[in-house]
Amino acid sequence: MALKGNLRDFTITQLLNLINLACKTGTLVIEGPGEVARTAFREGKLAYAQIGQHDDALPTILLKNRKISPAQHKFLQEKATTMNDKELGLLLVNAGYLSQEDVLDSLQAYYVDAVRQLFTWAEGFFRFEQEISPPGDKILVRVDLENLIIEGSRQLREWEHLQEEIPSLDMALKFTDRPGTNLRDINLSVEEWRVVSYVNPQNTMRQIAKATKMNDLEIRRVVYSLLQAGLVEIVRPGGAPVINPKKMFPTSDRVEQKGIMDKLISRIRSL
Amino acid sequence: MQTVKIVVTGPFNSGKTQFIQTVSEIDVVSTERKVTAEAEKIKESTTVAMDFGRITVDDDLVLYLFGTPGQKRFDFMWEILSEGMLGFVVMVDSTRPETFREARSILETFRAYAPTPFVVAANKQDKADAWELNDMRVALRLDSKIKLLPCTATKKQPVKAVLLELLYSILAEMEAGEA
Repeated sequence: MALKGNLRDFTITQLLNLINLACKTGTLVIEGPGEVARTAFREGKLAYAQIGQHDDALPTILLKNRKISPAQHKFLQEKATTMNDKELGLLLVNAGYLSQEDVLDSLQAYYVDAVRQLFTWAEGFFRFEQEISPPGDKILVRVDLENLIIEGSRQLREWEHLQEEIPSLDMALKFTDRPGTNLRDINLSVEEWRVVSYVNPQNTMRQIAKATKMNDLEIRRVVYSLLQAGLVEIVRPGGAPVINPKKMFPTSDRVEQKGIMDKLISRIRSL
Repeated sequence: MQTVKIVVTGPFNSGKTQFIQTVSEIDVVSTERKVTAEAEKIKESTTVAMDFGRITVDDDLVLYLFGTPGQKRFDFMWEILSEGMLGFVVMVDSTRPETFREARSILETFRAYAPTPFVVAANKQDKADAWELNDMRVALRLDSKIKLLPCTATKKQPVKAVLLELLYSILAEMEAGEA
């Protein structure tokens, strides 16, 4: 029986736990919010991970991990077009530019980071394909899943807590009316400043997240800290209608609606 | 026959069923089941689908009161119940601060469903260990414009007062919308 389902019912952490305990080999394919993630495992250990169409070529991963300079990255991209990651990695190690450890550590960090991103996916269809192997031209790693599972469980608890605090990202933010507070005197992180610059009842949290390139977890984290500090409050988005009497009342006639309200008030008073 | 509805929501065991029972002219049509989860065994039974109360206004108009299930696993019912409501009451048990965060979350969820007026009822204010309204306002992070009203769901007067305040808010927003 294929291992498949929805992340709503079976979390990433639970899936990793299952793969770890059952020492599974294969590829976990997750169709998430707008992207597809492919994470490969060998005997219950993480071997490879890729989210969407992100550039996961070895030179780019080495650049991100500061193992090579931008100039070296550019050179490799131009000169090593016909080489795959395995060939290039071997060349770099044999030529003494990098150690084998440098290459493997960089890849491991990249793959682990990709799995960390999956922890923020609350919804998406998943399937575990035993027949699908990781791409043959990629260098594979062997990462124990235990630490990732523990980290994922922590993040899941944080996610649940934040979702309880901020259930909908379709609401907007506004600064609280605290005349004594000067925003310049408050120590905010870079992320918090980025969000603060968009705080406006016209902007929903979802729009702010998009503008600041934050995922659902990150925007909730920042908004939660701003809420806790009493700097902002959640309000209805500015452009939305305050009230829609057509749906609320059995009649669309304004006078009749007011008549209904008067009758209701009189009746409740008389109880 | 014209009908309108008000939704009464809030965390588990906050007093929603009792609130409706106190003013409903019919016995509340309650879909209660025995509580099975150990953690939630504060009371014997709980609402799993909805409570349903009725107040006849006149020959042509009936007000329905719908109580939502308080347990999180039944929250798929909330959006259905909120459709077309005049407004909603968020019940909070003043003696159980551990439920305040959930009450806040429910409030935000309903506020996102529909831009209708609401009031917050601080229930069980007759109990010795009830939190004071000012403290609850801070703990629930309620803006000063949001009505937080003392309530004892077993007594008719405070329940009436809560419903009236909600109706006044609805009227005020209707008038503001016209201006």
